[in-house]
Amino acid sequence: MKFLLEVGVEEVPDWMLPDAIAHLRAQIKALPLKVTLAEATPRRLAVVADRVPSREPDRTEIVKGPPLAAPPQAVEGFARKHGVDPASLEKTEAFYQFTKRIPGRAMAEILSEKLPPMILGIPWPKTMLWPGKGGARFIRPIRWIVALLGKDVVPFAINGVESGNTTRGHRQLGKKKPVRVSIASYEKTLEKNGVILRASTRREKILAEVGQDTPLLDAHVYLNEWPTALHGGFDPSYLSLPAEVLETVMRHHQKYFAVRGEDGKLAPAFIAVMNRKDDPDGLIRAGNERVLRARFNDARFFFDFDQKKKLVDRVEDLKHVTFHKDIGSYYDKVHRMAALCEDETSKRAAMLSKTDLTTEMVKEFTELQGIVGGRYAEVQGEPQAVATAIYEHYRPLSMEDSIPATAAGQMVAFADKFDTLTEMFRIGQTPSGSKDPFALRRAAQGIVRILVEGEIRPAMPMSDALREFLLDRVRYYFRDVKGFAYDEVNAVIAAGWGDLKDVRSRLDAVKAVRKSENFEPLAASFKRIKNILKQADFTPERPVDGTLLEPGPEAELAARFREVKSRLSGGYASQLETIASLRPAVDAFFDKVLVNAKDAAVRANRLTLLFELMREFSQVADFSEIVTNQ
Amino acid sequence: MVFYQDVVLRLKKYWADRGCVIQEPFDMEVGAGTMCPETFLRVLGPKPHKVAYVQPSRRPADGRYGENPNRLYKHQQLQVILKPSPPDVIDQYLGSLESIGVDLSKHDIRFEEDNWESPTLGAWGVGWQVMLDGLEITQFTYFQQCGGVDLDLVPAELTYGLERLTAFIQGVESIYDIQWAPGFTYRDVRYLDEYQMSVYNFEAASVERLWQLFAIHEAEAKDLLARENAPVLAAHEQVLKCSNIFNLLDARGAISVTERVGVIARVRKIAVAVANAWVAQQLEAAA
Repeated sequence: MKFLLEVGVEEVPDWMLPDAIAHLRAQIKALPLKVTLAEATPRRLAVVADRVPSREPDRTEIVKGPPLAAPPQAVEGFARKHGVDPASLEKTEAFYQFTKRIPGRAMAEILSEKLPPMILGIPWPKTMLWPGKGGARFIRPIRWIVALLGKDVVPFAINGVESGNTTRGHRQLGKKKPVRVSIASYEKTLEKNGVILRASTRREKILAEVGQDTPLLDAHVYLNEWPTALHGGFDPSYLSLPAEVLETVMRHHQKYFAVRGEDGKLAPAFIAVMNRKDDPDGLIRAGNERVLRARFNDARFFFDFDQKKKLVDRVEDLKHVTFHKDIGSYYDKVHRMAALCEDETSKRAAMLSKTDLTTEMVKEFTELQGIVGGRYAEVQGEPQAVATAIYEHYRPLSMEDSIPATAAGQMVAFADKFDTLTEMFRIGQTPSGSKDPFALRRAAQGIVRILVEGEIRPAMPMSDALREFLLDRVRYYFRDVKGFAYDEVNAVIAAGWGDLKDVRSRLDAVKAVRKSENFEPLAASFKRIKNILKQADFTPERPVDGTLLEPGPEAELAARFREVKSRLSGGYASQLETIASLRPAVDAFFDKVLVNAKDAAVRANRLTLLFELMREFSQVADFSEIVTNQ
Repeated sequence: MVFYQDVVLRLKKYWADRGCVIQEPFDMEVGAGTMCPETFLRVLGPKPHKVAYVQPSRRPADGRYGENPNRLYKHQQLQVILKPSPPDVIDQYLGSLESIGVDLSKHDIRFEEDNWESPTLGAWGVGWQVMLDGLEITQFTYFQQCGGVDLDLVPAELTYGLERLTAFIQGVESIYDIQWAPGFTYRDVRYLDEYQMSVYNFEAASVERLWQLFAIHEAEAKDLLARENAPVLAAHEQVLKCSNIFNLLDARGAISVTERVGVIARVRKIAVAVANAWVAQQLEAAA
């Protein structure tokens, strides 16, 4: 038998649908039923299952009876109580028992009982009450439910909405009245009523008609039951506005796809997606074009208005824009940022970087802060390097976003983030657990990436707490983002992390050399050396005295040490390989030589040798941090 | 030609036919129809309510001296409250669009998530912005809380932007070109209002006196609420005064970001007190 569930809902927010239907599918699968279809549109969540048994299988249960030694009356009583023949009781080593057969319940009954809590248990990011206090919570009101097992309705109700066998089509393209469905013709019936049930089909249709695969496309998949692309245009004169503004209006405000010409520049055109099959009279196209025109006119109004006062004349206005009540204004902030910057271009860009916060354009399109400043700087004749630095100083906005491309952009981006961290730590606004209201982790992560991936090496005066916090982000970056082993990260950082580009080079080297045969055994020996030095609590007072060296492995090690030291050159990987070649000499030393010699002078000399070895060869990485099997 | 006033009259008739009380605009300055007692207070408590009214809504900071074709200091909303929300509420809503001449078989209509929240009123709800060929024409909200109080019956609130809707129907680019009535454009009827009030909001209003007024109305609200059997509706009017003065101060640029939070909290405090007093009195009356 087949099973169909369709929950009819008023328009559900598009971005919530994929997770919701995945949850419902998993729940029905766990019943357990063989799910053959699980789809969602803005108005429905639908699941079909195949080969559903009419009853669940019978179960058996062992019922334990009295001990074998019990009097016969007790045994009979037990049998009678359970309605079985005393002769049919089974005997174990110590007890009577019998196997009770429990008939499986009808599937319809099980579904009636389990579906309502299952549907209401879908975890939505934000729910509403309906019809009021005491009612169930859901994402939007449920308006109909189809629940069919074969030809029969599985009866249940949620908030007074009873399950049945009728669905609704598309609001405009479908029949006005409820439409009766069967499981076999469910998808066809919906199609006839203007609903493409399968998200994959809707996706392919939009992709074929729009030709752009962006996150916006996924939104349209779940915003429409019958998506159709609609091509429109606008007056080319609007192209004089910053392209980012036009794109933001189209993409974020209107959910249109922007169109680019062969030269990569914006074309005076857009593609909307309508929830219909066609636009026979061109009314929908004209309507969308008019809306866009109004929006662009607004933007042009803001642009022209903003040009009346240059960015450089807006720095004073930043005195009235609060950065944080316990820290001060943006006026203070840009001055601190400029002080952190080390060249004139960056300093200038830093001073202007926040002035766009006072523009009408950014008040309207807050997501364009920085970008608007950069574009205005260009228009107002600032040097291109200054404009670019302003433009890109909020980057990287996420782990996927790239860092600023120019050195000045990196410097201003660094200064902005570093200042925020410094000041927030100063007033005690440090992140704790999942609470990070000022996104300080992201800021610190941005700094780490700029320092590793960029070209600047700014001075970084830090408090101990901030240093710890940043180091934590450094570890996170190399381990979780770049995939280095945690012990490699520990080893390299223990050898210093003042220069993060250098940390990266040393990590690459350790990773490359780690698999060579001498490396891990040598790391184990270094750990041994570290322990010996620690136990001895030893600090050398003079250099190694060659005359005190015992001929054989000890003298050999000292000689090899000098030789390796003199040969250390080239990249970190070749240095590490050279160091690793010490392994036979170190092994022989530990094999044959007793560090704790009776003669105090000899002992001190040996410890000095090990100390120098350790110090000399721990500048790339502290090998004792490497986890080995030895 | 469907004139602006036809849109108003037809929508009122449409909702009157569906059992709504047709109210006149509330006679005080408000930022939105939601703040009027017909919505803010009537949605509270267990009593069903259905009402529709046009509410001129003031947003001082949105004024543009009558120069911007799409922005107004004062726009007209048609506010409909259906408490509790009927199961076919969306069909009823779509029917209202057809009643003013929107042929839905030829247009693209979409319900896009848009939740509503008013920190000053301690109110929030979930819902949609209704998009007609890409134009937002209505805010559709299922209220969940008002004045910090959970609602017994969840109402549907429909807020039509009358200028936008009429501009759409008439196919005009500027709000000021809307034909209000035969021989009268929107400009004829409202331009001076937009211009002079922009001058007041942005330039002329005395910040000092506004702060004084704010304190006076706040004190009045508190005193009224402190009385036994408090006249809640009178206290609510004082809240509306404070709210509008707050918006004026904001438009004058007189409220810093730091102060902002504090002032909102002051308005919210008396708004929540009004809502609680109203619910308590309703319960008492029902007992």
